[in-house]
Amino acid sequence: MNKIPVIIKREYLTRVRKKSFIIMTILAPVLFAALVILIPFLMVSDKGDFKKIAVIENGPGLLKNALKDTENEKYVYLENTSVSDLKKNFEQAGYYGILYISSSDLMIVPNAIELISKKQPPPILLEHIEGAVEKEIEKIKLEALNIENLDEILKNIDATVQVKTIMIDDEGATKETSTDIAMVLAYLGGFLMYMLVFLFGAQVMRGVIEEKTSRVVEVIVSSVKPVQLMMGKIIGIALVGLTQFLIWVVLIAAIVTFVNTTVLKDKDMTEIVQNLPQNVMSEGQQAVAVEQVNQISPELAEFSKFFDNAMNQNWLLIITSFIFYFITGYLLYASIFAAIGSAVDNETETQQFMLPVTIPIIIGLMVAVGTMTNPESSLSFWFSIIPLTSPIVMMARIPFGVPAWQIAVSMFLMVITFIAFVWMAAKIYHTGILMYGKKASWKEMWKWLRYSG
Amino acid sequence: MPLFEAKNISKQFASTVALDKVSISVPEQCIYGLLGPNGAGKTTLLRIINQITGSDSGEMFLNGKKLTPDDVLGIGYLPEERGLYKKMKVGEQALYFAQLKGLTKVEAMKRLKYWFRKLDIVDWWGKKVEELSKGMQQKVQFITTVLHEPKLIIFDEPFTGFDPVNANTIKNEILFLRERGATILFSTHNMASVEELCDNITLINKAKTILEGRVDDIRKQWAANEFDLVFQGNVKIEENGMYKILNHQYENDLSTIRLRTAGNIEANDILKTAINAGRVVSFNPALPSMNEIFIRIVESRN
Repeated sequence: MNKIPVIIKREYLTRVRKKSFIIMTILAPVLFAALVILIPFLMVSDKGDFKKIAVIENGPGLLKNALKDTENEKYVYLENTSVSDLKKNFEQAGYYGILYISSSDLMIVPNAIELISKKQPPPILLEHIEGAVEKEIEKIKLEALNIENLDEILKNIDATVQVKTIMIDDEGATKETSTDIAMVLAYLGGFLMYMLVFLFGAQVMRGVIEEKTSRVVEVIVSSVKPVQLMMGKIIGIALVGLTQFLIWVVLIAAIVTFVNTTVLKDKDMTEIVQNLPQNVMSEGQQAVAVEQVNQISPELAEFSKFFDNAMNQNWLLIITSFIFYFITGYLLYASIFAAIGSAVDNETETQQFMLPVTIPIIIGLMVAVGTMTNPESSLSFWFSIIPLTSPIVMMARIPFGVPAWQIAVSMFLMVITFIAFVWMAAKIYHTGILMYGKKASWKEMWKWLRYSG
Repeated sequence: MPLFEAKNISKQFASTVALDKVSISVPEQCIYGLLGPNGAGKTTLLRIINQITGSDSGEMFLNGKKLTPDDVLGIGYLPEERGLYKKMKVGEQALYFAQLKGLTKVEAMKRLKYWFRKLDIVDWWGKKVEELSKGMQQKVQFITTVLHEPKLIIFDEPFTGFDPVNANTIKNEILFLRERGATILFSTHNMASVEELCDNITLINKAKTILEGRVDDIRKQWAANEFDLVFQGNVKIEENGMYKILNHQYENDLSTIRLRTAGNIEANDILKTAINAGRVVSFNPALPSMNEIFIRIVESRN
């Protein structure tokens, strides 16, 4: 009778029933969704501290109209006030700082401007001041040229550029995509892969060590072969990982659909305006209507566009390849972890073996981060082909689009490698799991690997 | 034909010799004790029989045929360091091991219920192993070892961790298993259990066999020429040419005297002189306990 299913069942059930598993499985997507939903809103509604800034100018008062008050800052022009006096008590007077223009002619000495404050001012404030002053100086210089209709000309040359990215597939179908979304997905895919492979791989190792130190294995080897025990454990934990991942996918999909249909009702409004009244409204009117909706709630419009673009990703490819790379990558690393677990007598002894195993994973993660800025680099290409790093790096590349042949080669190598690793690990495990008191080393493991049988 | 035989088993760990040409022969349906001081090599031998460790040389036979890796399936093994998952519940765990041994779930449940009731641990079914005392864990382990009714059962130090009551329970269960047809091989340094349980023993010291055979024979062999003579009342007798007095005790109005006879003196002759000294209550050949034999042999070898 084949006993592997009995082992798989135990490994699976004992882990799935743990409280920590249930909490992680339910909480992770909720946190993730909260993050995705909250971050744009947080960024939009980032009020910051309100700052009142005193402006003192030596000279003709060039900046009087240049510095516009914003939500966060108010500029107060003080005339007939000496800087040295105000320096002493500006805080008591309720000012965050003093913007002091020392030169009477800022046109010639643009550096003659300083911000005096108790704290290091935030970059966003400096950017605002610098931008405003620069613009003002430009304006004054342009005015000095005496060009007719200057205001109109300036209005005409003012331009905002946003490149829309459209991906085209082999059949010529196009869809609007977003590089930002691809980056987020690349990061999530790579990082999640890293986490899951490492997390569940280490669980295999801990399980093996537990069985070895508690001598459970001595009882079990009289019923099953050591290799069966190892495979049962690896497969059982893989199923735990898959269960968790699939629950995450389902939960996230549910949350996304919920958000899509309730919170983003305004998005539907845009669509209704766009699609329905074509015969009612002229093109111009329609555009105006869309514009109105966008004006009413620009954040939501932005968000719903983000949403649409996210939906345009090839989710099927991402999820199936994630599952594939998780299974193979996990099998590869889990077998290494199992071999290590079988070779040591306790968990502290694993330290020396962990570093060489961690290095390829960390390299993979680092390359994956680089991939987000340049998915076509040869570094990314090679590391997405090499089996030890490919699960992480390939997951980071896929959202940007990867030629099918590259995925095929990468997957093929992955399968070959994991089979080889499982085979080698089984041999080491077979000897190691029943060996006690022998100081484990790579050399020793190499010897076990070469034992026949 | 013995059920199990090991011939000239040798095993060396690095520079220490764990077993030096040790042989044992376990007859069918007997209780076989493997004795020896700590570090003698008992556990190593049991691990070799279970094919957990390989031997450097020697052969093993089960039912007269060379032992194969698959034969382990027919052996029940209770290791000295208990092999249970700490975080797992007792019942689930017992069921798991039973299924690994090839029992169906239904059959395993039936047998587990029987054994749990028999050892009075039904209440522990839903508890985690880590909540159990050492003795309790041992009971659970005992059940998982014998549940699939193996022909050969091997216990490594089955009595450590038990209080006298539970040790007695396990003793009775071992006797019961033999009655049901099982053959039991166990290691111990608890000599009292050897006298009560074992039919045969092998005594190992420093990796070598130094004594083996039937317990009765061994005790008789070592008992040669010693007798216990018991009188009513406080009776003293004098040493003479026939015997020496090893020990004299007066307790509860009974005098117990241990004699060692010189040469080939007949018991009748001693009894004749004894009758004249007082009222004889009993006269028995004195069998030394296994404990005494054990200590005497081991000390003389060292």
